[in-house]
Amino acid sequence: MDFFDTFLNLAVLQRSLPMLLQGLWLTLQLGAASIVAGLIVGLIVAMLRMYAVAPVRIAMRMYIDVLRSIPLLVLLIVIYYALPFLGLRLSSFASALAALTLVSGAYTAEIFRAGIEAIPKGQFEAASALGLSPQRTMTDVVLPQAVRIVIPPLTNNSINVVKDTALASVVAMPDLLKQATQMQALTANPSPLIGAAILYIAFLWPLVLLVSYLERRFNSGRRV
Amino acid sequence: MSGTISIRNLRKYYGAYEALRGIDLEIERGEVVCVIGPSGSGKSTLIRCINRLEDFEAESEIRVDGTPVIPGRSLAKVRAEVGMVFQGFNLFPHLSVRENVMLAPRRVRGTTRAEAAVQADRLLARVGITEQADKYPEHLSGGQQQRVAIARALAMEPQVLLFDEPTSALDPEMVGEVLDVMKSLAGTGVTMIVVTHEMGFARQVADRVIFMDAGEIIETGSPEQVLGQPQEARTRNFLSAVLNH
Ligand SMILES: Nc1ncnc2c1ncn2[C@@H]1O[C@H](COP(=O)(O)OP(=O)(O)O)[C@@H](O)[C@H]1O
Ligand SMILES: [Mg+2]
Repeated sequence: MDFFDTFLNLAVLQRSLPMLLQGLWLTLQLGAASIVAGLIVGLIVAMLRMYAVAPVRIAMRMYIDVLRSIPLLVLLIVIYYALPFLGLRLSSFASALAALTLVSGAYTAEIFRAGIEAIPKGQFEAASALGLSPQRTMTDVVLPQAVRIVIPPLTNNSINVVKDTALASVVAMPDLLKQATQMQALTANPSPLIGAAILYIAFLWPLVLLVSYLERRFNSGRRV
Repeated sequence: MSGTISIRNLRKYYGAYEALRGIDLEIERGEVVCVIGPSGSGKSTLIRCINRLEDFEAESEIRVDGTPVIPGRSLAKVRAEVGMVFQGFNLFPHLSVRENVMLAPRRVRGTTRAEAAVQADRLLARVGITEQADKYPEHLSGGQQQRVAIARALAMEPQVLLFDEPTSALDPEMVGEVLDVMKSLAGTGVTMIVVTHEMGFARQVADRVIFMDAGEIIETGSPEQVLGQPQEARTRNFLSAVLNH
């Protein structure tokens, strides 16, 4: 058995490349959409979790805890296969987007909360004493400072979201992994899988390096 | 233009602990009142109730210029009119010195950026910080930061200024520059309530000195009376402890 013929067969890779790139494009679309939606959900949930009336606060806390407990794959399968029994039939892309957003939103909410709670009480007091409204205090004083704290963990979470998009292949979404497994079946050769792995790494390694860089930079305690 | 403060039966609990035990106090427009007393006597709590950074009991009443300090629309009015200077400065670290001063006029009053900048530079000149307007707070000394904090409070053109131990966090050599700015404000018509351990400042600038202990006003009067001839044993003990230390 020749290693290269089996795992890095150039002819197979070349034949698979168009499909792999199609899959990559879908993976990136799903990842980007889930990251953005997760940020919006997370910020709203964090605000409600901290400042809403008690019943809403409790509901948000349950949302956060439940979605951090449920395996993403289970959530995805429930959305895709179980919701149709309630008359809600989502496409594989929409199901994956919903699952990734719900989970990412829960993690993001906790990241935002930690960032906001790291802002000293005196900042809130100074803003209130000047007559700034609670909303203004958030947007003009607290969040600009919290952003510096939350960017490294948010980037980290984004990496996880992109990695987790691979689960969408389970509900037949033709993402990078799904395309690779299909080409593997078609060509009876695992090279497309290796090609997919290399593409994931090529996209995510720079982000991993970025997180390390941001953590070093933000932890050095300097103003940005 | 006004700046009267009326406090009736002010009670404040932290949990079961009664930090203020029924304070009554009337302060006139333009008056400079220094509040002294041992640590934990309720001085900070008292002035933090005036702009409602602390909630207080419903039976208590505080009015600033006749406006009750209760949550809601009137509180925004009170806070826009009452400035506060904190022991720890609490400048906004992500904003330049000038932007620190500009923020409230722009966001609360809707002043234009250009107008707010002109006003900020005027106020920074007044507290002697012209050179540092484009720097960030972390690059300023403690004394400079506290003077910026005073300029920031002045930007809302307050009728009342509350100071909570404004020089306690400063290195000794910087106390004077902050006290000088505060002296220059006394007598300009703004009402000042100053929690301080600077007895020299109180003697020189205060119209009235209030001695607090255990959540109550124990003694009140002119600086000569309270600092010179204290009537209460607790005041005498406190003063001798402070002055002999
Ligand atoms: N946030 C708080 N929670 C509980 N107790 C407090 C709080 N703030 C102040 N206290 C207590 O209330 C009393 C008065 O505090 P404070 O007004 O800060 O005194 P002072 O400014 O005169 O030193 C103290 O006994 C203090 O421990
Ligand atoms: Mg105090």
